[in-house]
Amino acid sequence: MAGASNQLILEATGLNKSFGAVTAARDINISIERDSFVGLIGTNGAGKTTFINMVTGYLKPDTGTIVYDGRDITQLQPRDITHLGICRSFQIPQLYNSLTVFENMMIGLAVVVHRAGRGGFFSRGEPVVPGREKPLHAVAEEILASFELTSYRGRSAQVLPGGVRKLLDIAMTLVAAPKILLLDEPTSGVSAEEKFGIMEMVMKAVRDAGATVLFVEHDMEVVSRFSQRVIAFADGRVICDAPPEVALVDPEVLRYVVGGHRAQG
Amino acid sequence: MTRDRTPLILLATLAVILVGGFFLPQWAKFLLTIALAKGLVVLGLLPLMRTGLVSFGHALYYCLGAYAGGAVGIVFGISDLLLMMLAGGIAGGLLSLLLGFLLARYRGIFFGLLSLAFSMILYGLLVKSESLGSTDGFNIVPFTLFGVRPDGEWVRYTMLAVAAVVCTLAGLGVHRYLGTPLGLMAPAIRDNEIRVEYMGGSARYAIHVIYVIGATLAGMAGALVGAAVGHIDPEMSYWTQSGEFVFIAILAGTGSVVAPFLGSIIFGVIHSVAFDLSPNTWQLVLGTSLLLIILFLPTGLWSLFGRRLRARG
Amino acid sequence: MDKLIAVLIDGVIYSSWLFTAAIGLTLIYGVMKILNLTHGSFYALGAYMAASVTGALLAKGMEPMLSYAVLFGSALLVALVLAPLIERGILKHMYAKDEVVIMLITYALFLMFEDIIKLVWGVNPYFIAEPYGLLGSIEFGSLIYPTYNLILIGVALAAGLGLAYTLMRTRVGKLLLTVIHDPEVSRALGINVGRFYLVTFTFGSLLAAIGGAFTAPTLSVVPAMGVEIIVLSFAVVVIGGLGSLPGAAVGAIIVGLVRSASIHYAPQFELFVIYLVMAMVLTFRPRGLFSIAEARKI
Repeated sequence: MAGASNQLILEATGLNKSFGAVTAARDINISIERDSFVGLIGTNGAGKTTFINMVTGYLKPDTGTIVYDGRDITQLQPRDITHLGICRSFQIPQLYNSLTVFENMMIGLAVVVHRAGRGGFFSRGEPVVPGREKPLHAVAEEILASFELTSYRGRSAQVLPGGVRKLLDIAMTLVAAPKILLLDEPTSGVSAEEKFGIMEMVMKAVRDAGATVLFVEHDMEVVSRFSQRVIAFADGRVICDAPPEVALVDPEVLRYVVGGHRAQG
Repeated sequence: MTRDRTPLILLATLAVILVGGFFLPQWAKFLLTIALAKGLVVLGLLPLMRTGLVSFGHALYYCLGAYAGGAVGIVFGISDLLLMMLAGGIAGGLLSLLLGFLLARYRGIFFGLLSLAFSMILYGLLVKSESLGSTDGFNIVPFTLFGVRPDGEWVRYTMLAVAAVVCTLAGLGVHRYLGTPLGLMAPAIRDNEIRVEYMGGSARYAIHVIYVIGATLAGMAGALVGAAVGHIDPEMSYWTQSGEFVFIAILAGTGSVVAPFLGSIIFGVIHSVAFDLSPNTWQLVLGTSLLLIILFLPTGLWSLFGRRLRARG
Repeated sequence: MDKLIAVLIDGVIYSSWLFTAAIGLTLIYGVMKILNLTHGSFYALGAYMAASVTGALLAKGMEPMLSYAVLFGSALLVALVLAPLIERGILKHMYAKDEVVIMLITYALFLMFEDIIKLVWGVNPYFIAEPYGLLGSIEFGSLIYPTYNLILIGVALAAGLGLAYTLMRTRVGKLLLTVIHDPEVSRALGINVGRFYLVTFTFGSLLAAIGGAFTAPTLSVVPAMGVEIIVLSFAVVVIGGLGSLPGAAVGAIIVGLVRSASIHYAPQFELFVIYLVMAMVLTFRPRGLFSIAEARKI
């Protein structure tokens, strides 16, 4: 998996993180290439979400560094890391419940616009989203359309069905035109029939946006179908790092993650 | 998309007050001026409440503004009403800029309690300061406008006109602000602050800005009230004054920048009528109204008007 | 040296008064997570009931030493009648709402009680000085204090120790601690959380009423009593930590001593220094000096 270093968009070196007696990350070394699709698997408590939290700045590692596009981001705040181009979605969709779907999208765009110094009190006309050069509401409609959420646009976020909430949560991550997308269990809480549909939609939208994707998943079929590379966690360590057809039959992975023998479909 | 009627409503109301106000009896002109001034304070509370924060100490800036306005009169001999209000606004703005660094880190009850503490600190300081008149406060010099001292009849109309113009401008300003990207973040902060951070926004920064805006408006309003009443005292910083502002804010709801003024006028009317009927029951009336509104109209009176307006447009 | 002793004694007396007045507030917050403004109402109601009933009975020739029992009885009457009404009638239906909203509800009730008090007892001040003077005075060196003030200290100690004992040693107390830590889990365990809320609210209001009742002989009972005690109690409770009993004691002692010191040495700071301490505690240790551990949301 090694390539020329300018191919690497993210390099995590020697990450360690403990919470009292619990070690959530032991000497994690992970390098991610541009435009790759990486699946992160592992049982609950194995360290996948801790890894994501450290990359996004929500947690600071006890030791180790995280370099993004050549820049050390280890100690930065989540909002600065988002601004630099790393965005994440959440296992439990984090929405603005009292607002409509459309307003949820607008808020994200508003933040991006504000961050870029546009749309202040004294500016004229509707502000234009940096990177897409279109006004706010146009971009909001576009993103909603690419996730087939347009029909929900006027509905309050708290009355949405589970799958739609998930989609909205992920759609909001694309607002900041991220270069790396971290999806935390994108199909959890979604019914079996919907899972593939959601992932297809997400992957297409993401490919169009040209981002590198890391996603945490428990569903091995989703993992084998949508990832080019699988990193398996157990007990805070990386126990396997290989293409899915190799990783999902690896004995360590079978033992610690998948549990027992499993036929690959 | 619904057309934005708010600027229209504000300007229409201004016209009504400027023209119709002329014909009101003097006492009504006075009460309306005070109501507008308090509405201005509550206008400042509105964006803050949209972020989910309720300040139990906003009277701090109201009182500070009044004392600042009075001080420039006594110390520098400035009697121009607009300059006094400017002084009040600047005083409020500067102090809130400072305190905001601390307060913007707090949420919920703790934000309320810390803001309460600061307002009581000012109260404590003023009550014991002999030079500022301690519990008696002091009188404000009669105001002038652009160098002219309005005579007798015109005093109250001038005050009312100035109040109406300032409030309209402030209303337009806050309305526009709430439509900017930073303003849009307010309800998002209330709903899910973590998500806001994860989308690149700084909740603390947004709250700080909103807090300073609110304090500046309160300071201006305080100076206006000081000039209108002609007298200021430390009670303007007491917690019950902050309580009154919160009361009006709840009454009004956060739906529109017109609401604080509407709420303040209604509050003023209830207060006057109830007080006249029976001085010992007006708080009962107030308390009961507040209770009923919280129970049955949690988004304030504006939700009644807002629905009707939307149904028409 | 005399001055220092005066500061200490004045401080302790004031602290006892503050503690008795504030402990109900922290109890109610700790259990129900409500910042209860009717606290001020119960304080005033306790004072008014105590003053009027004691005054009436003394006029009818009651044995003066019984007036202390009457003070206590008045507080009981006020709390046992009104508190359950408020809790069951209004608060019970509002627990799902935001803590600020519930606080505003108690504020509305406070406003209502301000006038109810005026309607029932009128606006003129009440004085009942007999219980205050009855016990004579005590000398500490060159300082003379009415012995009544020791009663205040006694009441504070009784309330504090009684509450502490109940929480730590009795079964009811332990169940209450469970409810404090997690009402949801407590319900799941079969604890009747609703009844605990009722009892807590009543008991907390009783403590406020006792505070008012025993303060009544020391000053003139006026309608504005409740207003001041609210913000003072807030200061005490915030300094010690919302919901913490030892915290309320520590907060009361700190505020009492600080105020006493400033009265004697720098009177112009008397009022503001209390709120300065409150602001400082909120700044550096927002949860207070003794706080119940709580997972932070942010």
